[in-house]
Amino acid sequence: MTQSKSPPGSLPHNQPSSAALGASLNQFTANDFLPANRAGLTSGLSRPSLSYWQDAWRRLRKNKQSLASLFVVSSLLAFVFLGPLVWTVDPNHQDQTQISIGLSMGATAIVIGDRNDWPGLDASPIPAIEESTQELGAPANLRTVDVVSTLGVRLAWDPVPGAAAYAIYRNEIAPEPDRLGVPLGSTQAPERVSYEDNESLQTRRYYYSVVAVNAAGVESTSASTLDLDLKPGMSLDLAQETKADAKEGDIIALRAAPLGTDSLGRDLLARLMFGGKISIFIGLFAAFLETLIGAMIGGISGFFGGRIDNYIMRVTDFVLGLPFLLFVILLKVAMGIGPGESGITALIIALVVLSWPGAARLVRGQVLQMRESEFIHAARMMGARPSYLLMRHMFPNLLGILLVSLTFNIPSAIFAEAFLSFIGLGVAAPAASWGSLCNDSIQNILTHPHEFLAPAITISLTVLAFNLLGDGLRDALDPKMRANE
Amino acid sequence: MIKYILQRLFSGLVTVFFVATFTFFAMHAVPGDPLMRGKAVSPEVRANLEALYGLDKPIAVQYGKFLLNMVKGDFGISFTQQNRSVNDIIRDSFPISATLGLLAIIFAAVGGVTWGAIAAINRNRLSDRVIMFAVILLVSVPTFVFGAMGQLAVSELNQKFGIDFLPIAGWGTLSHMLLPALVLGLGTMAFLARLMRSSMLEVVTQDYIRTAKAKGLPTLRIFVRHQLRNAILPVITFLGPSIAAITTGGFVAEVIFAIPGLGRYFVQAVQQLDYTVIMGLTVFLRSVSCFYGYSCRYSLRFY
Amino acid sequence: MRYQQFYGFLRSNGVKLTLTVLLALGAFWVHLAPALATTNQVVKIALLGEPPNLNSTKATDADSFFIIGHTMEGLTRYDQAGNIVPAVAEKWEINDKTATFKIRKDVKWADGSPITAKDFVFSWRTVVDPKIASEYSFLLYHIKNAEAINTGKKPIQELGVVAKDDHTLEVTFEKPCGYFLALTTFPTYMPVKESFFKAQNGKFGAEASNILSNGPFKLTSWVHGASLRLEKNPNYWDAKSITLDAIDIPYITPNEGTRFNLFKTGRIDTLGLTKNILQDAQREKFKLNKFADGTLFFMRFNFREGRPTANKNLRLALAKVLNTNDFISKVIGIPGTLEGTGLIPSFLQGATKLFRKEYPIAARRQNLAEAKKLIADAKKELKLTGPLSLVWLTGDTPVATSEAEYFQGLFKTHLGIDLKIDKQIFKQRLAKASAGDFDIESAGWGPDYADPMTFADLFTTWNNNNNGKWENKEYDAFIRKAMNTVKPKERMDAMAAAEKILLEEFPIIPTYERTVIYTQADRLTGVVRRSVGFDPDFTRAKIIK
Repeated sequence: MTQSKSPPGSLPHNQPSSAALGASLNQFTANDFLPANRAGLTSGLSRPSLSYWQDAWRRLRKNKQSLASLFVVSSLLAFVFLGPLVWTVDPNHQDQTQISIGLSMGATAIVIGDRNDWPGLDASPIPAIEESTQELGAPANLRTVDVVSTLGVRLAWDPVPGAAAYAIYRNEIAPEPDRLGVPLGSTQAPERVSYEDNESLQTRRYYYSVVAVNAAGVESTSASTLDLDLKPGMSLDLAQETKADAKEGDIIALRAAPLGTDSLGRDLLARLMFGGKISIFIGLFAAFLETLIGAMIGGISGFFGGRIDNYIMRVTDFVLGLPFLLFVILLKVAMGIGPGESGITALIIALVVLSWPGAARLVRGQVLQMRESEFIHAARMMGARPSYLLMRHMFPNLLGILLVSLTFNIPSAIFAEAFLSFIGLGVAAPAASWGSLCNDSIQNILTHPHEFLAPAITISLTVLAFNLLGDGLRDALDPKMRANE
Repeated sequence: MIKYILQRLFSGLVTVFFVATFTFFAMHAVPGDPLMRGKAVSPEVRANLEALYGLDKPIAVQYGKFLLNMVKGDFGISFTQQNRSVNDIIRDSFPISATLGLLAIIFAAVGGVTWGAIAAINRNRLSDRVIMFAVILLVSVPTFVFGAMGQLAVSELNQKFGIDFLPIAGWGTLSHMLLPALVLGLGTMAFLARLMRSSMLEVVTQDYIRTAKAKGLPTLRIFVRHQLRNAILPVITFLGPSIAAITTGGFVAEVIFAIPGLGRYFVQAVQQLDYTVIMGLTVFLRSVSCFYGYSCRYSLRFY
Repeated sequence: MRYQQFYGFLRSNGVKLTLTVLLALGAFWVHLAPALATTNQVVKIALLGEPPNLNSTKATDADSFFIIGHTMEGLTRYDQAGNIVPAVAEKWEINDKTATFKIRKDVKWADGSPITAKDFVFSWRTVVDPKIASEYSFLLYHIKNAEAINTGKKPIQELGVVAKDDHTLEVTFEKPCGYFLALTTFPTYMPVKESFFKAQNGKFGAEASNILSNGPFKLTSWVHGASLRLEKNPNYWDAKSITLDAIDIPYITPNEGTRFNLFKTGRIDTLGLTKNILQDAQREKFKLNKFADGTLFFMRFNFREGRPTANKNLRLALAKVLNTNDFISKVIGIPGTLEGTGLIPSFLQGATKLFRKEYPIAARRQNLAEAKKLIADAKKELKLTGPLSLVWLTGDTPVATSEAEYFQGLFKTHLGIDLKIDKQIFKQRLAKASAGDFDIESAGWGPDYADPMTFADLFTTWNNNNNGKWENKEYDAFIRKAMNTVKPKERMDAMAAAEKILLEEFPIIPTYERTVIYTQADRLTGVVRRSVGFDPDFTRAKIIK
């Protein structure tokens, strides 16, 4: 694919060949030595002259993949920085009525009055406990009392003769014998024939089972089961906060949650934007700094070689040798991160201080390789100064590898931040990042995958976009790649 | 050459010494109490504990003692796993981490070079796009997700077919190592593939390739001796640190797959401020990665 | 041209080729193990963490206690129903001043040598030996001179325990102890054979070969961080009532997803469930059980100079704003979790029945209006005009994070308090807590022995775990009174009175008692879960088929 292309720096085609030159040597006239008329030459160029960056931009636009990724990156930035202006939900507001839900639009909740105290139901007369260990029957007439909602379920049933207590189970699928689901608890007295469940209820179907327990504490094998579809409930206090004249029994519209909510009822879309700010900031800033510092140090090391190179490489060995975790802790402590502070600056500094050697080694290797290449030798022989060599020849040639390195440092900075958030050293709540959102929800990945998937996909998308963009940039910026066109 | 190796060895030792010293004082500067467990103890028992671990002495004395013991190769007794010496911990766990890391790096290097080379040869064709997309996807997904997903998938398979394709956790046989090594190596493999591709693309445009082609050298020879050999240089440069990182940094994989490797001990030790284990492992891991680093650079110089 | 052909081949078949190679490699690696074999009478479990050490005189953690509980046996033990029954001792007499234990004639160490009273004397002396620095030495402080020896004021020979003969152990008390018998079940009180201990050269309990068992099982293999195996000890005095041949622990992993997958595929026989895998457990149709593990969680306030939390109205406001039920639902998420009402958890026995039944406490109710009034008063007293901010010290676990964020939201919304979360990893958190570097600490406490005192003395001025430095003379007096008598009713009354003071002053706000939901293989029976001592107890478990 490259055989037919001329390499960069070959002679222009309009030069006369040496054979022709020799043949016409004795045909010169005095006119041939007059200054050429240059005006016509410049106007005759077929293409407008382009600067390096104009050319790069032209190339980038030609690459559909990187154009798409540029679009994705800008939309992500817009989503994160402009999104909150459109979607004005407070990312830290805990919505009591919508906990761990998936996509929700136009949901409603029923307003429930004060539910705090339910005395419960007692059977009268108090049933006698039988000492015999005979098998007890299932409680009859299992029913609900009052309105059933996610605020609470009140169950009541008829007493079973001889029962000493009742055990209550709750299941999310239809129960089978001996597989009644989660044991909620048991009634403490034989006369108590009711139970209130208000723990971790969600808008879904539940199967409640009640079994009688005999005097020996053995549960009967026959159970009564009741299946209930729970609707969101909202307490009167809460309803009146949004609608002053709300009263018991009203149906109130719930706020839409396009991405659902987390286990504390916080809106995931708002949190995603909120967390993105910090993630993108840390990712870009830390990656940029570490690549820049690494490149400078690596460039110096590779370019000058010898003793300097040796010392610098010892230093990179030293830094790479420091236990990352311990030193992140140390640096954060040294910078005095108090409780309640997000600790972003400290985090960035820690990441940069500990990860520049990667880029430094990469650049050093590249510079070492380049130093021995012909065009550098040529430039050197023509008397180029080191700074000229570095800026004019090496830097443009390094941009490709630097961009590859940068595009990979962005996700690794984002992931490093996530890992540190996970062990309590990253951003502190109420601040959040995509990493901390991921880590908060990885526990729930099996039950509420959307909580994890939203930030995980966003991270992946961001990283993907940055990578593709970097690829495109690389192709566009690398002078060596021009030959391939 | 022997002089070169000796020189390298010496500078390695110096690095280890500096890292150890720095870590020692840094570790002691981290707030927190290494001797504290969930329940507080009386001042007297505390004093006894401090005396037992030598923490009652001034820090300079502790440092001197540490250096002296380090020269003797004795790092002392673990604070958390009392009665067990750090040397025992290293002896038991390092082979495990090393095996896992080696497998992962072989996987990463072979995979990375192969995929990268194939992508470069097929530049801008479908297979290049597919490979590069997969590679980018691989680096965009964190290891813990890969680990969890891989484990879930294998356990579903095992359950479905009633046979054990692969064990989902634990350590012992080669089959135990496969999944964790894969998970551990994926990220590095993707990175190496990218590096390889970009470096290959640079090489194919070089004059000496054209010259070789013009000379009429056999394709395979050009590919292996000129393209691959030159393109692989940056990959090798990167391999040194990544070997060290993988062998010592398999924390996530070790936790998910319940592998008793060094990474797990080290992170635990840092969290628990287990001074002796931190020091022992730092010095040991540093020496190991210096060795890797040097053997890698050594091979580079005499390539 | 060969060049073109080669490139052409790689170009057109690159992906296919590599996939084929990878697939072939994959197929090569497929590991066809025999289908799950149900070995007779072997229980397989996964531990959450590696036991730090199996030296019974120094162990302090649940993982070590689990192993020690199966491999060792003290003077007494808990039976299936939770009663204290004879173990190495066949009978005993206890009064205010002394206790005498008669050791069985037929008890042997796993190596066949007899267990004598001297083994207990040696072990207990080791525990209080200042050179050993055992952290649980305070559990022996009821024995005469123990504290003095432990603080280096007396030689270890002065410990108030003597072997009258090989089968008679006599204990002299420092002061009367109402629950000494419960203590003798504890690992710290288990015997150690002197000659064996000394032969280990300081490595006692470090490896499987450095342990001499006397319990129902003996440790036959211990690969650090990876696996342990306990096998039936034929020399155990009650070996005939032990059915299991072995307890196999092939996995040590804190990862709940891994354990869930292991249980699902039949690799382990028991599984604890967190809220995150509860739903899956229901879908997988596991039979679910629950029990309260006895750990009480609470928020602890700091009473040091200059801390706003020393203000009583502020603490009351926080107590009034808390809706425990809502908190449990959202943060803990384990249905059936008990609300933390008082200081003494519900499982502990009082004088005749459960302590909580004898001294009931009404559950706290959220009262926002009152809370707002209280916080206004508190601000006035603290001379605060701007917003109040408090530091919340907590750990780095997911539950701790979720809890902190919940309270941050709650306090901000209703009281306008800015809660600054100070999330710290384990050792840093402990250091900060004991140094008093917090306003509110998220804390928990698990019982060391089966008596309300294990909780009641936590908030006395002399307790090292009183991180908030709350001082209340009346409280101290009641606890002292309870400590100096063995009469059950008097002791319980005193502790209940102390608890009442605590619930008026709120140096802590109890939040919940931890409940554990677990499941186990259907073929397994006779497993005992308990709140004190080692858990779960497999010693008398059976595999039925």
